[in-house]
Amino acid sequence: MRHETSGYRIFRWSTLTVLTIFVCAPLFVMASTAVKPLNQVQSDFTWLPAEPTLAPFVDMWSTVPLAQYFANSIIVAGATTVASVTVAILAAYAISRWRFRGREAFRLAVLSTQMFPGILFLLPLFLLFVLVDRYTGLGLVGSRTGLTITYLTFSLPFAIWMLVGYFQTIPRELDEAAKIDGAGPLRLLVGILVPAARPAIVAVSIFSFMVAWGEVLFASVLTDERTRTVAVGLQAYASESNVYWNQVMAASLVVSAPVVVAFLLLQRHIASGMTAGAVK
Amino acid sequence: MSIRTDVKPETRRPPTVSATAPAPRRRRTWTPYLFLLPALALELVVHFGPMLAGLVMSLLKLTQYQLARWWEAPWTGFGNFEVVLDVDQPVGASLLSSFLITLAFTVIVIAASWVMGTAAAVSLQNARVGRGVLRTLFLVPYALPAFAAVITWRFLFQRDNGMVNHVLVDQLGVLDENAFFLLGSNAFWAQCVVAVWRLWPFAFLMLMAGLQSIPGELYEAGTLDGAGPWRQFREITLPLLAPVNQVLVLVMFLWTFKEFETPFVLFGGSAPEQARLINVEIYQNSFVTWNFGLGAAMSAVLLLFLLLVTGVYLLATRRKVHEA
Repeated sequence: MRHETSGYRIFRWSTLTVLTIFVCAPLFVMASTAVKPLNQVQSDFTWLPAEPTLAPFVDMWSTVPLAQYFANSIIVAGATTVASVTVAILAAYAISRWRFRGREAFRLAVLSTQMFPGILFLLPLFLLFVLVDRYTGLGLVGSRTGLTITYLTFSLPFAIWMLVGYFQTIPRELDEAAKIDGAGPLRLLVGILVPAARPAIVAVSIFSFMVAWGEVLFASVLTDERTRTVAVGLQAYASESNVYWNQVMAASLVVSAPVVVAFLLLQRHIASGMTAGAVK
Repeated sequence: MSIRTDVKPETRRPPTVSATAPAPRRRRTWTPYLFLLPALALELVVHFGPMLAGLVMSLLKLTQYQLARWWEAPWTGFGNFEVVLDVDQPVGASLLSSFLITLAFTVIVIAASWVMGTAAAVSLQNARVGRGVLRTLFLVPYALPAFAAVITWRFLFQRDNGMVNHVLVDQLGVLDENAFFLLGSNAFWAQCVVAVWRLWPFAFLMLMAGLQSIPGELYEAGTLDGAGPWRQFREITLPLLAPVNQVLVLVMFLWTFKEFETPFVLFGGSAPEQARLINVEIYQNSFVTWNFGLGAAMSAVLLLFLLLVTGVYLLATRRKVHEA
């Protein structure tokens, strides 16, 4: 163990204390507000509720159609995750196991999409959906399908990048052995690489889910009353003239819980996946 | 890639375990393209196609009346760009001001996030107790969906019944009376605080993982040489973190410069002028006043700027990182 000077110890303790307070204060207020009655939220601020109540957690479902938003978010984020992880696995397989013309160009192009301002392709994409609807009657505008197609490309760059990194650490002896056994490319992928890359796939899935769960800009334009996701729907509480802050906080807690818990459980996988590309 | 099919398995080059160079196949094949096809098609349809259309729109005089048949809108050449870049006119002036605000916002948020992330990661590097708990706790703001985090801050910043005024006025007495945090120039700082709160855990996460790849012997050697913590940090930690930092700073720059969620949720769509980020400015021009030709021209300028900065940054840091 490293010898600690007293200056270093003071630095450490003060850093960790300040950061803990900075991180916890809003989280604490979120939780304590969610169990306050409305009149207490609208009067002077208090750290603790005088009479804790679970009413906000009940009322929040009827103030705005939260259950509907919640269901929309689950469908969109779930479908996005399954689709984007599948597409990313196929692409990462091609990139990590073959050298082909356009390989580097594809990698660069996918990474470069991270630079695109979403706002630049939001309206053209919307108009494209309108056009497709007019000629095919698919009904992409304002639909969960349209939103899912959009979101799945948002998580693709990161997913492909991370999976390529992981696939490349899987020894090629496994490939060779499977090939000698007569496995084709698809069987090699499904039978050998996917099981071996399970930690990375789980991490990528959580990431895709989080992206779709939290996105605001595209959801605000591409959805309608019926298909609104929680990311946009929660705003509806806050734009009312009389803001039910206790319900807003209760709803925030409930819609955040699934992703926060999943992320924290898998934080190690996600961290190692994220840095894999950077450290190499 | 050679076309030799007569190689028997026994005489094949032994498979490499190299992490960077994939084993080349012997035949030209369309298999990889088949696997790549879904990703390629989606990227073309959702990203590249619409982006090209957006670039074309930046050359059109496009208002909401022509949206349904936008390709028939009158062509203006670089007319939109002339308006957008003319800083003597209101449109150009407000774009320039939002650009400068975004620049200041980005520098402040990245610097603060990096310092906090590094301080936390270094502090927990050798911690024996509480490491797992604090690590998990610090990651919560990053895991929290953006809208939930920002809407909480919006409540904290309320003038009459928010936590921030309560702490600053009633508990610490730093301020004499309740301040408006979401109006005027205060809004800029409020926005920075929220953005840092959400972003710094990401820096922490990356740096923490980066620190784990530094061998402990280096620090032991440093201690034997009589180097204190500060010198060890400067001469061991920082140089070895250079590759992580290179990616981290770039990613944080691209995210922060394009920040939209924070102002959109914090100010409810109408950001005060002193805090208006460039993305919000473009959103206002495109979807509030429905002058999409101008909005597209602004986005094109933004894209060009991001490409330029990224290119210069990668060129400038590549040599440094490889020397380290």
